[in-house]
Amino acid sequence: MTRKPELLVVGGVVILAALIVATLLMWEPAIAPIQPPPASSFDAQTKLAGARVVALGDCIVCHTARGGKPFAGGLPLATPFGTIYATNITPDVETGIGGWSLEAFTRAVRHGVSRDGHLLYPAFPYIHFTRMSDGDISAAYAYLMTREPVNANAPANELIFPLNFRPLLAFWNVLFLHPGEQAADASKDAGWNRGKLLVDGPGHCASCHSPLNTIGGEKSGHAFDGGIVDGWEAPPLNALGAAPKPWTREQLVMYLRSGRASEHGAAAGPMLAVTRDLATVPEEDVNAIAAYILSIQKAQPAVANASADVATHGKPSPAAQRGAFLFAASCAQCHGPAAPMQSIGERPTLAFSTAVNAPTSRNTAQMILSGNGWHGEDSMNYMPAFSEVYDDRQIADLASYIRATYSQRGPWNDVEATVAKVREENKAR
Amino acid sequence: MINLTVNGVQHALDIDPSTPLLYALRNDLHLHGAKFGCGLGQCGACSVIVGDRAAFSCLIPVSSIGSRAVRTIESLGTADRPGLLQKSFIEHQAAQCGYCIAGMIMRAQALLDRNPQPTERELREHMEPNLCRCGTHMRILAAIRDVAHLPAPDAASHGGTQ
Repeated sequence: MTRKPELLVVGGVVILAALIVATLLMWEPAIAPIQPPPASSFDAQTKLAGARVVALGDCIVCHTARGGKPFAGGLPLATPFGTIYATNITPDVETGIGGWSLEAFTRAVRHGVSRDGHLLYPAFPYIHFTRMSDGDISAAYAYLMTREPVNANAPANELIFPLNFRPLLAFWNVLFLHPGEQAADASKDAGWNRGKLLVDGPGHCASCHSPLNTIGGEKSGHAFDGGIVDGWEAPPLNALGAAPKPWTREQLVMYLRSGRASEHGAAAGPMLAVTRDLATVPEEDVNAIAAYILSIQKAQPAVANASADVATHGKPSPAAQRGAFLFAASCAQCHGPAAPMQSIGERPTLAFSTAVNAPTSRNTAQMILSGNGWHGEDSMNYMPAFSEVYDDRQIADLASYIRATYSQRGPWNDVEATVAKVREENKAR
Repeated sequence: MINLTVNGVQHALDIDPSTPLLYALRNDLHLHGAKFGCGLGQCGACSVIVGDRAAFSCLIPVSSIGSRAVRTIESLGTADRPGLLQKSFIEHQAAQCGYCIAGMIMRAQALLDRNPQPTERELREHMEPNLCRCGTHMRILAAIRDVAHLPAPDAASHGGTQ
């Protein structure tokens, strides 16, 4: 009879303790704002080193809105949990990081905590950036603090409850954030270690190229197995031997530095912007990235090549016929065997295309729907978009025709449903 | 037989289903407004309206049009009685060599049909695919703005106008 009150007391103490632990976990102090350091307080070599780190980290890609000022934020990032707007990381005191000390900047990069103490969403890849050295972080700080300050507030995030309550991120961090600089693996050479640091640290390749679990963390044990980002499949980085022409280091370097590989195809979607940044860093960095990526390949089961008779024997189906007509008028000028594009500038045939040989039709559907837009004066990767002129069935016919004609792998399933899904997702961006 | 509705008139054409729409317009229907520029969807000289969207007619096969209505610049007016956009292009002397202009006007028409009062940004984004090698873009934009009742943008924020 007397045990009940005791249980209540014990229960109360446990709950209270849990609340205290949770509060301690969730609470981070503000770091006092500073007067923005004068540009002259950063030396040129450090700023240059910082430019390299910031390019390797692709900071500008997310932190610049379409048509916006560099690093001034405002780009919407669509996540399964709602839309997050990238913040302003120019040295504007009011709306950017102008009042941030190096200590505050380092804490943000290593621990995902803003200067004022609020927790940052992991769309900012601090779980990867935390691997960087103090030297690289302070160089990035010097570079960013000497950019043009832009007064621009990012729009408010639109996230679902309860994720709009930032302190909960503390629990996410317990699971996914393992802070600290990368320790070198003494059994590997310096080049390999440099590549691993660039891939796992600033490059944060796994952020896009890994599947995510239900709470938006990278699935453990599946790093580089491939993921989905901005409506595109980020292909697996650990199955590069499965390509029709297995990736080599030379091809990877060419791809990462120019946005185009002569045995694979052109970068598109978010990867195109990454290659723009990597074009600016020393070639040795991209060499190290490529060498490391090639060292993490998983043993792959042999890709089953479909017997060719699916497409070539018998009378073509009405869908294949429609696809052939669409291809002849819409694609063959550039992708057909006699097209000038096939003989100029080492552009690959669709038979080598990563998208055309992918396990799903998503990237082929996305490419036909969205094309590859103009990028300043560089029109090398341009492809027109067809979303406004073709319906889902037409794009599915075209994609299926291309798959049957150019790939040795079997037909895709549910292509029309994939096209419809991608088209719907694109509307939300 | 390929059935096409062009500028409100129905046609039945005995042509290869993969023929680009542009070739049918020019060679079979003798509508020479839309031009062959690059044949790759890179310049927009061939732009016409298919359904309610601007489209590169050099890139779409006649068999893919279906029941969608095709409109070319010939539907907007004549030399004697030019349409609103045509008139404005003349007033602004937006043509230099003129090769891109039919495509420019049809792309602009597609925008104004859907959105009669676009913002400057919407206008520029919409017109981006079409190129003018002579460089009359500022006059082209000014001509469209007039029809859209859109004020000229602040010169300082857009690097000057004409």
